[in-house]
Amino acid sequence: MTALLEIRDLKAEIAGKQILNGYDLTVKAGEVHAIMGPNGSGKSTLSYVLSGRPGYKITEGQALLAGADLSQMSVDERAAAGLFLAFQYPLEVPGVATMTFLRAALNAQRKKRGEEEMSSPDLIKRVKELAKILDMDMEMLRRPVNVGFSGGEKKRAETLQMMLLEPKLCILDETDSGLDIDALKVVSNGVNQLRSKDRGIVVITHYQRLLDYITPDVVHVQSAGRIVRTGGKELALELEETGYARYQSEAA
Amino acid sequence: MAAVQETVEQVRRVGADQYKYGFITDIESDLAPKGLSEEVIRFISAKKDEPEWMLEWRLEAYRRWLTMTEPKWARVDYPAIDYQDLYYYAAPKSTAGPKSLDEVDPELLRTYEKLGIPLHEREILAGVERPEGEERPRVAVDAVFDSVSVATTFKEELKKVGVIFCPISEALREHPELVRKYLGTVVPTSDNYFATLNSAVFSDGSFVYIPPGVRCPMELSTYFRINEKNTGQFERTLIIADKGSYVSYLEGCTAPKRDENQLHAAVVELVTLDDAEIKYSTVQNWYPGDENGRGGIYNFVTKRGDCRGANSKISWTQVETGSAITWKYPSCVLRGDNSRGEFYSIAISNGRQQVDSGTKMIHLGKGTTSRIISKGISAGRSSNAYRGLVSAHRKAEGARNFTNCDSLLIGDACSAHTIPYIEAKNPSCVFEHEATTSKISEDVLFYCMQRGLSQEDATALVVNGFVRDVLQQLPMEFAVEAQKLISVSLEGSVG
Repeated sequence: MTALLEIRDLKAEIAGKQILNGYDLTVKAGEVHAIMGPNGSGKSTLSYVLSGRPGYKITEGQALLAGADLSQMSVDERAAAGLFLAFQYPLEVPGVATMTFLRAALNAQRKKRGEEEMSSPDLIKRVKELAKILDMDMEMLRRPVNVGFSGGEKKRAETLQMMLLEPKLCILDETDSGLDIDALKVVSNGVNQLRSKDRGIVVITHYQRLLDYITPDVVHVQSAGRIVRTGGKELALELEETGYARYQSEAA
Repeated sequence: MAAVQETVEQVRRVGADQYKYGFITDIESDLAPKGLSEEVIRFISAKKDEPEWMLEWRLEAYRRWLTMTEPKWARVDYPAIDYQDLYYYAAPKSTAGPKSLDEVDPELLRTYEKLGIPLHEREILAGVERPEGEERPRVAVDAVFDSVSVATTFKEELKKVGVIFCPISEALREHPELVRKYLGTVVPTSDNYFATLNSAVFSDGSFVYIPPGVRCPMELSTYFRINEKNTGQFERTLIIADKGSYVSYLEGCTAPKRDENQLHAAVVELVTLDDAEIKYSTVQNWYPGDENGRGGIYNFVTKRGDCRGANSKISWTQVETGSAITWKYPSCVLRGDNSRGEFYSIAISNGRQQVDSGTKMIHLGKGTTSRIISKGISAGRSSNAYRGLVSAHRKAEGARNFTNCDSLLIGDACSAHTIPYIEAKNPSCVFEHEATTSKISEDVLFYCMQRGLSQEDATALVVNGFVRDVLQQLPMEFAVEAQKLISVSLEGSVG
């Protein structure tokens, strides 16, 4: 069976500076991977390279999503192919109601995949269900995308988008940052509902805390732009004890 | 390639090719002799069968115009206009005199059909969707083709409630006392170079009179089309809302693609008496010229409303996407106590378009209020300036204004300018001014695209969000059209 995400010896740079240095990672459908590492180790870079953010350039190696070469796809094509990035800092889109945004995004993806658009009543019904799981007020969805949202509200909204779009591969970039413990539980609950045998989840985080709620199958330690160690969920606990210092020196 | 860069490229490619109203109607025209002279003015006046005083009025304006010079203060740049190289009157030959709809040249009907303008009374505007069961809105249309009005719909039905809606040339014959009482009282013949020129040579436009206490039962709209080559269009619109009345009026405009520039110098005058309200909306989509700035309409327009009565209100809403050069400042003279003026504007420039537009809110009466919301979007190599004046007279006790001007830049070859003038001669007035200028954010586009939106759709979504406050002011029937028009002018995502 083809891996959902297959990254082979990936090298990538931004503004001429190499950030990923021969990255290898394989995520199979049904798995939850955690990528941990010190600040500046290129964790967010990985998420941007995979999603195709302008300015992030692959120089060597390959990244395949369900066998398809990501570097050959535009940002929106990657999204329609099932790649979702939950942003560390979700952007504001002034003047665009969240509900309008959700409808536009979902139907754009469906259209690209040759599927029928979701009708407005069905969409509203679905969004209501999700909002309930995430303990969100429907009133929030009438407000412009992320405008005036608190940190916790933004992360809930990201999770709601992810749950609505039902991606094949979810990449969560520091989703725990800026969350209090209650919001963390709610968001984790949403993510856990997405766990399925057909879906892969990559959780990028600095802290073990999030992994108390989203239990990973595999934990990687990233340092200086590549994975330096891989283990089971106990590795995260070990890191909590020992810190990242030894990996930073190892990579150097 | 970076997302914004791609958008810029896309916008550049799209340019003029996106202009879907660029066709020419092949129709035989009746033209005045080329150039401008007293004879030509007499010719126009005679064609319209005008009363003697009207001819005198025109000639006086013409003589004054000869002594004036073209204004040069706007941030626009264009070669000198040869006023003797234009036709000042062009009319389809087949439209001699007023006609019923059945008699209108089928070629003209086809033209309006192509433009999506309903000239049959049972039809509604194209592209308007309503939930089932809800009554479809009706819109009365006056269609002006080059220098003449070719059809006006729903006239009889409007007449039943006393509303007069007809070409101004017809009003001059049928209701001379009304026209004479109000014409030139808001924009005097001496007002400015282009308004004076218009006063001398105006050929058609709409006349609206709403009697006291009447709420006009439907939207009124005028649709302007320039077709003939080397022709200037000089329309004149006069709308009077008598005491306690209300009317919502919309104008639309398009022109064929031609390599030469064409002059459009219109004058619009609005008058509201006590407690009356006029809501005036414009969707301006004149041909903008090609990507090299060749061709396109010079839109030099004087629009002004006079809140003559107490507690009256005039509201201007404009969506400006067309024209090579736009020079217009729909204004309100707030004469009546507690009267209110509003200006909501979306001005989009692309290619080599030049826009110098804004408004004037002149507070004369006590307790007058005004609100200005302006959204400028510049793309391509265009230049987009907001120029506005808010002034309070000594007697304008307690006048208030709120102004918000936002500019959005797409790409790095365009420019945006905000030039506000504020003059307060009464210490009790409160004027607020807010302004922002920003580039369309690459990060926001990336965010939208990561959710599956194409680059064009992402840009359209961001821009539509940016202009939302203004779009909400348009009559619902036209907001959808305007939204599409915005997408088309920027990306060509809509065919």
